[in-house]
Amino acid sequence: MPTVSVSWAGKITTVFRKEMLSEFRTRYAFNAIIMFSLVTLTVVSFSLGINRPGPEVMAALFWIILFFAAASGLAQVFVKEEESHTAGFLRLYAPATAVLIGKIIFNLFLLICMTVLLVPLYIILLDTIPQNFILFTIGLLLGIIGLAGSTTIIAAIVSRASIKGALFAVLSFPVLLPLLVAAIEITLVSFTGGDFAAAGSALQLLLAYDVVMLTLSIMLFDFVWQL
Amino acid sequence: MIQLEAIDLSKSFGTRRIFENVSFSTGIGESLAITGPNGSGKSTMIHILTGLGRASSGTVQYSGDRGKLAFEQYHDRMSVVTPYHELYDALTAFENIVFYTRMSGREVSREDMDEAVKSVGLTGRGNDAVGSYSSGMKQRLKYALARLRQPEILLLDEPTAYLDASGKELILEYLKSLKNSALMVIATNEREEADFADRVCQLGG
Repeated sequence: MPTVSVSWAGKITTVFRKEMLSEFRTRYAFNAIIMFSLVTLTVVSFSLGINRPGPEVMAALFWIILFFAAASGLAQVFVKEEESHTAGFLRLYAPATAVLIGKIIFNLFLLICMTVLLVPLYIILLDTIPQNFILFTIGLLLGIIGLAGSTTIIAAIVSRASIKGALFAVLSFPVLLPLLVAAIEITLVSFTGGDFAAAGSALQLLLAYDVVMLTLSIMLFDFVWQL
Repeated sequence: MIQLEAIDLSKSFGTRRIFENVSFSTGIGESLAITGPNGSGKSTMIHILTGLGRASSGTVQYSGDRGKLAFEQYHDRMSVVTPYHELYDALTAFENIVFYTRMSGREVSREDMDEAVKSVGLTGRGNDAVGSYSSGMKQRLKYALARLRQPEILLLDEPTAYLDASGKELILEYLKSLKNSALMVIATNEREEADFADRVCQLGG
């Protein structure tokens, strides 16, 4: 019979592995995110033609594509649990915090896959090369960590509502606004070749946002999950 | 020694009252059947007893030798089988078992899993995706999972739903084997299952 031995890290890994296996076999969220980002990028590329707007618009476009692609797929981690009636056993048998962290890591993994595909295509199709690539990468990493943390907890909140899509957009916009403002600022500085000092306040804001959102998510998730 | 006590439970959906002031208590080695016509709140009662559902008024309390048990403490000792909670269709039976036993903090060996699926008549189907299972096979798999959790508290809603004659026999045998070592609450309309219990709580009548 089973013996007691699985640590907290083991439980988080188990949730992540379960999400990976399910996603690998169904490709529910991955396809949505990748297709949305590729289609949006292509449409933007054709719309702009040879006329490239300034770096402010290009930085904003980059994060708009990321945000909507994330919104199209990341909510599925909790929505599909409710829709396929698997959330009941998960609530009964799994510790809430391990479920949340496992799902945040999975969403972060999806976002990393998406950006690995999206960034080179963005650079090629929109002919926009970050002049400070290290700053661009750090801003991007902090941005997607915040995006994964925020969208995962919002997905948990909306998953039990009847109008999930609309509620996700309504809830995520105000929550993600500070993240998007800071991330766009950092991306803009990186496009124009500015240094870390020029993006200092935005980097601090983004780092603080990530820490606050992840901490709040973990603190509030028990309540949200057992609601 | 775990004791379940439900005190003055009432449940309403909007203005519609489902049940009112229901009280009962039961403990290890006892089984309680909750019966009643459709819509009388049997499944709702099981949902409330799991700790996931909320009663409109009244309290549910699980207590052990050292007093009241917290949510995590009684969940760790609990197995639930209901047609409304599903396993993961995209995963195989073994992957589902590994997932849920690991989430409960336990490792499960291949031999234990083989034995568990064999005990519910699913020998040789452990590596098949649960999505390819019939409703009856899924129900059997839920019992395999419940068995591996070695529950002290067993909450069952329509315990033989979707099962064929041999499945019903297997499950009733399993429940008999647990009768002295577990606290069982069974929501059912089946005479045989209600007769299996030591006491009956009738809802809606």
